[in-house]
Amino acid sequence: MHELSIATEIINIVEKEASRQHLTRVEEIGLKIGALTGVNPDALTFAFEASTGDTSLAGVVIKIEKIPVKGECRACGNAFEVQEFVFICPECGSSDLKISQGEELDIDYIAGQ
Amino acid sequence: MSKKITVEKKVLSENDRLAADIRKKLEKQKIVTLNLVSSPGSGKTSLLERTLKELGNKFNMALIAGDVQTENDADRLKRAGGKNVRPVITGGACHLDARMVTRALDEMNLKGVDILFIENVGNLVCPSSYDLGEDMKVVLMSTTEGDDKPLKYPSMFRRSSVLIINKIDLLGLSNFDIKQAEKNARTINADLKVFEISCLKETGLEAWYDWLGNQVTSKKGKK
Repeated sequence: MHELSIATEIINIVEKEASRQHLTRVEEIGLKIGALTGVNPDALTFAFEASTGDTSLAGVVIKIEKIPVKGECRACGNAFEVQEFVFICPECGSSDLKISQGEELDIDYIAGQ
Repeated sequence: MSKKITVEKKVLSENDRLAADIRKKLEKQKIVTLNLVSSPGSGKTSLLERTLKELGNKFNMALIAGDVQTENDADRLKRAGGKNVRPVITGGACHLDARMVTRALDEMNLKGVDILFIENVGNLVCPSSYDLGEDMKVVLMSTTEGDDKPLKYPSMFRRSSVLIINKIDLLGLSNFDIKQAEKNARTINADLKVFEISCLKETGLEAWYDWLGNQVTSKKGKK
């Protein structure tokens, strides 16, 4: 359940960013979570709600964009979505891949007034 | 009127920053740093006990032993000859993070150390997200677990460089298929270096010791 530690990091970053941007109230936080991170979006939302109960971020809406794993084969150049974590090029069978996305664990944006 | 502000910041940027500092510090001192990860009970501590006994005279080894509770693992490592062992009790957290490792390293004497082992909390999910400044992650699995473990925990196997399959003395006593286990692991990560060992019967460990020696040699050789 490292989602709780991750929620805490998100709260820290968002509070700093909100203060820097002179937001008095944060209404929404946009996250990008790659499939390779092993972070469960539902568990993270739950952990976030549980951690913000008595803070200024209580009730903030969490929008999570799930990022699938995509790779490019270094052998044949085929670009494809890695399905079910099979890191093998479906065209030529090579496992020499460049992973272009799926590692994200990012705060994309915050919205508020 | 609500306004939207682009942040584009990594959630674990603070951890990553600390991990980068650790990596820089250990690289400067030419210390091979391995982050050992596995389910509870796969044999991380047993492997380290064997390694301490076998290579204790050859290499200067330091160890950080992470556990949710108790210093039992650290005590075992000290009894096995570990002279530079630092327990880290996470107090509930299911993983070590770079801050815990930074604190532990601040209290350790790293002079002359060849290899630093970081024994992570037994857990195949959470530790994969936290960079500790290691050179490599070493993932263990054992023949008493399912051979589909790599498929169930792809992030960890993808982010590890070495796979150690322990308890091979028990092969045949369960339906664990070692060929299938390796095939599953290579589907996730074709570059995994694989060792098949039994800590209990001391089989297959020579290759691991040789590999460790080579890591030390190549690290020392770097300018």
